[in-house]
Amino acid sequence: MALRSIGIVYRKELKEALRDRRTLVTMLVVPLLIFPLLSVGFGAMVAVIIGKAQEEVPKIMIKGGADSPDVVEGLKKMDKIRIVPLADDWRDQIVNKQIPLVIEIPRGFEKSLANQEQLTVTLYDYSGELKSEIARGKIQKFFDDYRDRVVTNRLATKNLPASLVKPFDVKQQNVAPPEKSGGALFFGGFIAYIVVFLCLNGGMHPAIDLTAGEKERGTMETILSSPIPRANLVIGKFLLVLTTALTTAALSVISMGVSFTIANHLRTASAQAGDTGMNFHIGFGAALSVFIMAIPLAVLFAAVLITVATFAKTNKEAQSYIMPLMFLVIIPAVAAMLPGIDLTPKLALVPILNVSLLCKELVIGTYHWNYIAIIFTSTCVYAAFALFLAVKMFQRESVLFRS
Amino acid sequence: MFQDKKRGAIRAVDHVSFICRPGQIYGLLGANGAGKTTTLRILATILEPTEGTAVVCGHDAVEQPEKVRANVGFLSTATALYPRLTAQEMVEYFGRLNGLDEGTLKKRVNDIFDRLDMNGFRDRRCDKLSTGMKQKTSIARTLVHDPPVMIFDEPTLGLDIMTARTIIAFIRECRDRGKTVIFSTHVMSEVEKLCDVIGIIQSGKLLDEGTLGGLRQKHGEQDLEEIFVKIVSPHYAQTETN
Repeated sequence: MALRSIGIVYRKELKEALRDRRTLVTMLVVPLLIFPLLSVGFGAMVAVIIGKAQEEVPKIMIKGGADSPDVVEGLKKMDKIRIVPLADDWRDQIVNKQIPLVIEIPRGFEKSLANQEQLTVTLYDYSGELKSEIARGKIQKFFDDYRDRVVTNRLATKNLPASLVKPFDVKQQNVAPPEKSGGALFFGGFIAYIVVFLCLNGGMHPAIDLTAGEKERGTMETILSSPIPRANLVIGKFLLVLTTALTTAALSVISMGVSFTIANHLRTASAQAGDTGMNFHIGFGAALSVFIMAIPLAVLFAAVLITVATFAKTNKEAQSYIMPLMFLVIIPAVAAMLPGIDLTPKLALVPILNVSLLCKELVIGTYHWNYIAIIFTSTCVYAAFALFLAVKMFQRESVLFRS
Repeated sequence: MFQDKKRGAIRAVDHVSFICRPGQIYGLLGANGAGKTTTLRILATILEPTEGTAVVCGHDAVEQPEKVRANVGFLSTATALYPRLTAQEMVEYFGRLNGLDEGTLKKRVNDIFDRLDMNGFRDRRCDKLSTGMKQKTSIARTLVHDPPVMIFDEPTLGLDIMTARTIIAFIRECRDRGKTVIFSTHVMSEVEKLCDVIGIIQSGKLLDEGTLGGLRQKHGEQDLEEIFVKIVSPHYAQTETN
């Protein structure tokens, strides 16, 4: 009987949710459209901007250098820059982003090299500005190479080996599998953040609509006059919120998988043209594991959202209560993305942060079974407690008929 | 009894006791804030009393609230409709919640829609219905499980005259069908037209009770409004002071 009445409430709530534009937008459109647009579209846009900036031939001015013809000639011969005459307002031109860089070659530069004196070449740029940074990189490389040549020539003149100034090399060798190292760690944290955030976001509007919304529309008294026990009523509503939260989480994982596959495909094409970007990939097993770990988290979110929103009298009031809750969720999810934060027995008991850290590991294919057991169990306990609170809240007349 | 931040402990309903029988309309007459809605919500088991109880169709309102609700149809201006359900879905939902099987539900819904002339808008969403259509749908919702007890809490409040007349006609029809009807209002003319027994309530207390004729005789007044004022005035002043 209880299952039947819960089922009746759930089916009715589902029917209404599927007719609600806002629920459909947060449940379907955000994960299926906004996310791919953000990840692939935004990524592609950034790649295009950077590519364009790299291909552009920067106009560079030289201050001084009249007595250093070799250096100036070398700079003029560079095929990826164009030397233009120095203008009086060169500082303003840099600030106004008309030119990216000015090179100041000190007086008597070449002569000082011959006399083995040390002078400083100054590069004037606009720090943080993309085109300026790219131009500085090119010129920096030119002068590094030039300096190496000077050193090599000086050593050769005195019959000394190159190892005199560079007695040993330091080489870095990554032993972690490529899919588990570097950007993949950040990628895992990012996936966890998106799943946690969208899980909460997916349940937020339905939770408000089914509780505070009912009070505001006057349907709360209507439903309370029916013979369904309040516990069954709140469980039916909770199941709907859980459905939307889990659907959003599942669609976001699928959407991310597809988006990154497309992004990798595009990157592979550009890699053939010389770009060696890192490939991000979520396997089916990892996606399924993330989704399974998202289930108790979604139960926790759904129950907390229902509890908080039931207390409010109106949609607006409920939103103002839920906003701080979003920060409480986002902060640990973002913390999990930070390098250096790893799962420990204590952190495995911190709600949200524990699932986020675990999902980060799951995405890169690391399965800590002891942590999985602790986190799944502890999140289930938190979720059960939150659901108990939601049922209790729905039985308090002072809350249901708050005025 | 409830706690108010400014006024402290409030006794919304204080030892109110009355009997309403099948085929009878009991009118609960009182000013705003007199305790009518709280009384009716307790009878419909939407609120639980701090003390005492009520018996509806042999079921205790505190001990067996679900059984009481299964025997009650509750209608007020505060009982709105689900905007994204159609009129038919709304009525069916409450039929199912009241435990009707699909066969009975279908027959019952068709009967009610025919009787209330609702077939023209049965598939229209509730948020697209006119006020009159909404009231008919609300009536159909309360009737779908054919409850023996009907509770109406100020059902005509804020309605236009034509919609209010539909409601009044429906309340009368309920009595004619042998249902027990409890009806709260502060509109004297509605009480005069409809009620077999009148209870006058103020400050949560039932101050007087009787038929219209009996009250006229007891208080030596013909006009119900005068009778009401005579009974309520001393208590009303007290309420205002509080």
